[in-house]
Amino acid sequence: MDVAGLLRDFPELTLTGLEQGAIYALVALGYTLVYGVLKLINFAHSEVFMIGSFAALWTWQGLGFVYDAEAAPLGSFLLAVLVGVIAAAGASALTAVTIERVAYRPLRKRNAPPLAFLITAIGASFVLAEGIGVYTHRAPYGMPRLLQPEVVFQLGGWKFTNTQLIVITVTLLAMVALDQFVSRSRLGRGIRAVAQDPDTSALMGVNKDRVIFLVFLIGGLMAGVAALLWNILPIGVAKFNMGFLIGLKAFAAAVLGGIGNLRGALLGGLLLGVAENYAVGLFGTDWKDFVGFVLLVVLLMFRPTGLLGESLGRARA
Amino acid sequence: MLLEIENMTVAYGRIEALHGISLTVGEGEIVSLIGANGAGKTTTMRAISGIRPLAGGSIRFEGEDISKLRADRRVVQGIAQSPEGRGCFPGMTVVENLEMGAYTRRDKAGITADMNRVYGLFPRLAERKKQVAGTMSGGEQQMLAVGRALMARPKLLLLDEPSMGLAPMLIQQIFDIIVEINQQGVTVLLVEQNAQQALSRSHRAYVLETGRIVKSGTGQELLNDSSIKDAYLGVA
Repeated sequence: MDVAGLLRDFPELTLTGLEQGAIYALVALGYTLVYGVLKLINFAHSEVFMIGSFAALWTWQGLGFVYDAEAAPLGSFLLAVLVGVIAAAGASALTAVTIERVAYRPLRKRNAPPLAFLITAIGASFVLAEGIGVYTHRAPYGMPRLLQPEVVFQLGGWKFTNTQLIVITVTLLAMVALDQFVSRSRLGRGIRAVAQDPDTSALMGVNKDRVIFLVFLIGGLMAGVAALLWNILPIGVAKFNMGFLIGLKAFAAAVLGGIGNLRGALLGGLLLGVAENYAVGLFGTDWKDFVGFVLLVVLLMFRPTGLLGESLGRARA
Repeated sequence: MLLEIENMTVAYGRIEALHGISLTVGEGEIVSLIGANGAGKTTTMRAISGIRPLAGGSIRFEGEDISKLRADRRVVQGIAQSPEGRGCFPGMTVVENLEMGAYTRRDKAGITADMNRVYGLFPRLAERKKQVAGTMSGGEQQMLAVGRALMARPKLLLLDEPSMGLAPMLIQQIFDIIVEINQQGVTVLLVEQNAQQALSRSHRAYVLETGRIVKSGTGQELLNDSSIKDAYLGVA
């Protein structure tokens, strides 16, 4: 155990952890929203993220941004991010909504038992991952190097890189926007109402199918944004099975914060990202994933409902 | 007739809960549906609102068959319900719950006016606008559920056990308010175990026993009916 190493690299490990945790948090929103409304773990959500990542990659390739190119000048970087986020969020949202329509809605109309939903979710996840796997020959694809990570400002021992600032800022903005939408808008109230009591919501005139569509749409959009952020990190590689581990961690983050709770997803994501990176400092890179899940299991022993514990319905502004 | 139910059957799986009931509610009336636990009163209300499908028969509202209409569309047509066990959204404030009642409406000014009307009927709610419903007393939640149903500005108001779990003084009060709402022009279909109160305030009433309507008449007729007295009014 390398305590000195952890202390020495503490600022860097923390910032890297927050950066990765922010991406977990954005993906975790999709799990949490769908769970809040349907009490369903949408295991296919990891593939929603993966498809967003490929959508951005293919769009960039189509536009002539190629791997190993020189770091792009600011103008074309911004353009690439703009078209990339539209492609990723669009493809992810479309995927999420299609999964709902094709896989889950028919089960709902037949009042299928929860186990049928669970198997369908796992099945949908495999179909999407394997489908892209066949199409891409199961090869990893490096992302074009759009942004050279560099330190943009320093506070004591804390060196903030441009990618860290972008990822964390975008995540916080997306979170605030979503939180406001859910707590203040009419449709957001509809989402909370269905999460709290579906039958009574119907008595208020809430169209449940529309609310379900909306949560899959929002979850997909957020996963798309996460995919784009992932792509601009220096580790960004697209592969057909990339969703699996990130999806699992995002799901863990959602459970850690309290599944069904939007703010819990943010807290859980950031906490998981930071803990993982401290583990890297303490025990070495090999222990990263190990520690994340040990943390989850231990925390659930003491707080079975997660850190913030409440449902989406009860989450208040 | 505002509401006409003909030979309606409702089943839970293979078990039939309503065996073909027929009833009508005329515009401007207070009609109550009384009966023991498990007679099918709540099932009837849920079927009218569309959250329980019909196995047979039909429901007509303002002459149109709504038997197959989605629950949320029925609210738009003018049917609102305050469900059994209050069913307030526990994590929402009083204001948010009332706003949920007006979910299908877009007329901001009208919604604000109706909210003030609800506060007029239930001054208690006006004092607790920002309180989360889950932390309020049973009586307050009951008022909120009734007020919330009014926020839809319904033509037909369905009230399922509005007096359940309330202190005797509050029961009087809630029935007074039901009459007041009715006098403001809202038709009311009321499900009650408190038969005495319900019958004395209703124009007409139906008696439901194990999924069948066994008796109907004006409120006064049923109050004086000896078999009703025995079974529901607790007087020998």
